[in-house]
Amino acid sequence: MNTVTKMLTASGLALALIAGPALASEHKQENAEDYAFSFEGPFGKYDKAQLKRGWKVFYEVCYSCHSLKYIRFRNLTEPGGPGFSKDEIKKFIKENEIVVDAGYNEDGEPATRPARLSDAIPNPYKSEAQAKASNNNAVPPDLSLIVKAREGWYYPWYSSPIIKLFKGNGGAEYVRSFVSGFEDAPDGEEKEGLNYNPYFKGHWTAMPPPLSGDDVEYSDGAKPTLEQEATDVAAFLTWASQPKLEERKRVGLMTMLFLGVFALMMYAVKRALWAGVKH
Amino acid sequence: MSGHSAYEFKNPIARWLDERLPVLSIVRGQLVDFPTPRNLNYWWTFGGILATMLVIQLLTGIVLVMHYTPHVAMAGDSVEHIMRDVNWGWLLRWMHANGAAFFFIAVYIHMFRGLYYGSYKSPREILWMIGVIIFIVMMATAFMGYVLPWGQMSYWGAVVITNLFSAFPYIGEPIVQWLWGGFTVGNPTLQRFFSLHYLLPFVLAALVFLHVWALHITGNNNPAGIEVKSKEDTLPFHPYYTMKDLFAIVVFLMFYAAFVFYSPWYMGHSINFAPANPMVTPEHIVPEWYFLPFYAMLRAIPSKLGGVIVMFSSLIILFFLPWLDTSKVKSLKYRPLARQFFWLLVIVCLTLGIAGSQPATGAWLLVARLATAWYFIHFLVILPLLGFIEKPKPMPASISEAVLGKEAA
Repeated sequence: MNTVTKMLTASGLALALIAGPALASEHKQENAEDYAFSFEGPFGKYDKAQLKRGWKVFYEVCYSCHSLKYIRFRNLTEPGGPGFSKDEIKKFIKENEIVVDAGYNEDGEPATRPARLSDAIPNPYKSEAQAKASNNNAVPPDLSLIVKAREGWYYPWYSSPIIKLFKGNGGAEYVRSFVSGFEDAPDGEEKEGLNYNPYFKGHWTAMPPPLSGDDVEYSDGAKPTLEQEATDVAAFLTWASQPKLEERKRVGLMTMLFLGVFALMMYAVKRALWAGVKH
Repeated sequence: MSGHSAYEFKNPIARWLDERLPVLSIVRGQLVDFPTPRNLNYWWTFGGILATMLVIQLLTGIVLVMHYTPHVAMAGDSVEHIMRDVNWGWLLRWMHANGAAFFFIAVYIHMFRGLYYGSYKSPREILWMIGVIIFIVMMATAFMGYVLPWGQMSYWGAVVITNLFSAFPYIGEPIVQWLWGGFTVGNPTLQRFFSLHYLLPFVLAALVFLHVWALHITGNNNPAGIEVKSKEDTLPFHPYYTMKDLFAIVVFLMFYAAFVFYSPWYMGHSINFAPANPMVTPEHIVPEWYFLPFYAMLRAIPSKLGGVIVMFSSLIILFFLPWLDTSKVKSLKYRPLARQFFWLLVIVCLTLGIAGSQPATGAWLLVARLATAWYFIHFLVILPLLGFIEKPKPMPASISEAVLGKEAA
C-alpha cells in the first residue's frame, strides 16, 4: 500500500467511527414492512382483482375524506388498470348518485349534473375550508400521487439507496404499513386529536385509524381482514399514481431488447473494422 | 487541421453546391476524414455520448413544452396531464428528467477523463475553458428545469438557491428581488425560470459548437498525452471512431433506458410529487444528486457569504487549471504521484456528494469541511507543487511508438 492509500484508509476509518453513532440516533420513523406486490420487478403487473378490491376500499373508506383528483372514471375502465367495463362504472355512478359541479342553473343557483366517464372523481369536500373544518384543521392530502410522494425505507442511510434500486421507493409498502399500523403509544401517552402510528413521520397524525377489518364486503370471496384491505388499497393507490406502469414496463422490455441487439451488432462492426488496426 | 478537405465530389449536384457553399467539404473534412489519434480509449466516447444526450434533451423538451403550463396553479397539473393523458407523455417526461441526470453522469466522466489525461493543457486551454462554461450553463439549466413541476422540492430548492445571492452585502437583497420578480419565489419566478430553461439549451448548443470547433483546431488529446506527429499516429474519424462512438452510445443508452423504464424517479425526490407549499418547509431540502458536492461545500462554511464564495470558487478555479498544473507531462499514465492524487480527488468529490445529501451537522459537517479543504488544496497546492517534485516515467517518442512498440516507430 502506498502512502496516499494508507492515509485514505486511516482517515476513512476514523470518519466512520465518528459518523456512525451520530447518525443512528436521528431516525424516528419506522421502515415500512416489506411486501411482495404483484407489480414489482421488471415484469410485474397489477392484479386486476386486487385493484377492484382496492377501489372498493378507497371509495367506501378513504374517499370520505380524501380526494383522487387525477383519476377520471374512464381510467377505471382502461387497460393496465382495474379493468371495469364502461357499463359497470356508469351503473356505479348512477347507484351512488355521483354528481359534479355544473356551474349555475337558470335561477342562478349552483347546479350539479350526474358524473360522466370523462369526469375526474369529484372532491369529497366543496372547498379547502370545508375540508379543514371537518378534519381538525388539517386538510387530508389528495391521494392521486401519494404512493410516489412517500417512501418506505429510510435507514440505514447508506443502504436505502441500494434497497430503493431493487424494491422501488417503498411508497406502496408505506401506505400498506401506515393504514394498518395504528396502535397505542408505547408509553401509554395520549395526545388530543392525534393518533399514534410508528410509520408516520413524528409518530403522531391527525388521521384516525381508517381500517379495522371487515370495513367493506368483497364480492370476489376475499376475506376483508385488516391486512387484506390495507394491501388492496395500497395496490389501488399505486395504480392511481402510475396508471401507465404496465405500458412503461412493456415498452421498456422492447427497448432494452432492441438496444441490446443493436449494441451487439455495433460491437461486431467495430471489432471487424478495427481488427487490422493497432491501437 | 483547419480548412476543408480537398475532396472532389463526383455527384454533379454535390459539386455544384460545394463550389458555392462548401458545407459538404466541411462535413467531410471535420466528420469523415478528420485525423484522430489511433490510441483513443473508451473514455473518449463520452463526447459523442454528451452530444447525443443534448439532442435527446432538446427533442423531448420541445415536445414537453407543447403540453406544459408555466403557472404556479397549473404547472403540477399540466405535468400530471402529460404523465396520464398525453400520448407517450410519460415516456417524454421520464426521458427528459432522467436525461438530465445521465447528461451529468456523462459530463462528470468526460471532465475527470480530461483531468486524468491532462486534456486541459497547452494547446487545449480554450477548449477546456469552453467546457467549464458548458458545465456551468448545464447546471443553471438543470436547476431551473427541476423547478418547473412546482413540487415541494422544486419550490424550496428555488428558495434556497435564489437566496444565496442575498449573502452579498448591500446588493444582495435587490439582486434576489430582481431574480424573483417579486418579494418571494412566486409565479413570476416560475415563468422566468421556464423562459430561461428553454433559452439556455440553445446557448449550450452554440457553446458545444465552439467546443467542437476548438477541438478540431488542436485535434484530440489521447491516452499517451503526446501530440500527433505523423500520419502514422492517426486514423480517419469515420469509420473508425464513428462506429466506436456509436457502440458506446448504445451501451450508455441501455443504462439510461434501464432507469427511464424501470426506476424512473429513483434519482428524484419523492417529496416533489407533493405540490409546492410555501407554508410547509420540507425536513431536508436537498438538490438533485449532481449538485450535492457543491451543496456540501456551500454548507461547509459557517458564514453564508463565505459558503457562496467557496462554492462558486470551486467552479471558477477550473478555469485556471491549465496554469495551476505545472507539469509538462499530460497523461497521468506517466505521472505516478499525480495519479494517486487524482484518485484521491475522485474520492473527495464522491465524499462531498454523500456529505451534501446528509444534514449539515456533527460528523457530516466535519467530513464536508475536510473534503472542501482538500478540493482546494488539490488544485491550489498539490498540482502546482507536483510539477516540480514529481519525476515522470519515461515516455514513448510518439503515439505510434506507444501503440505499435519500438520496432515500428
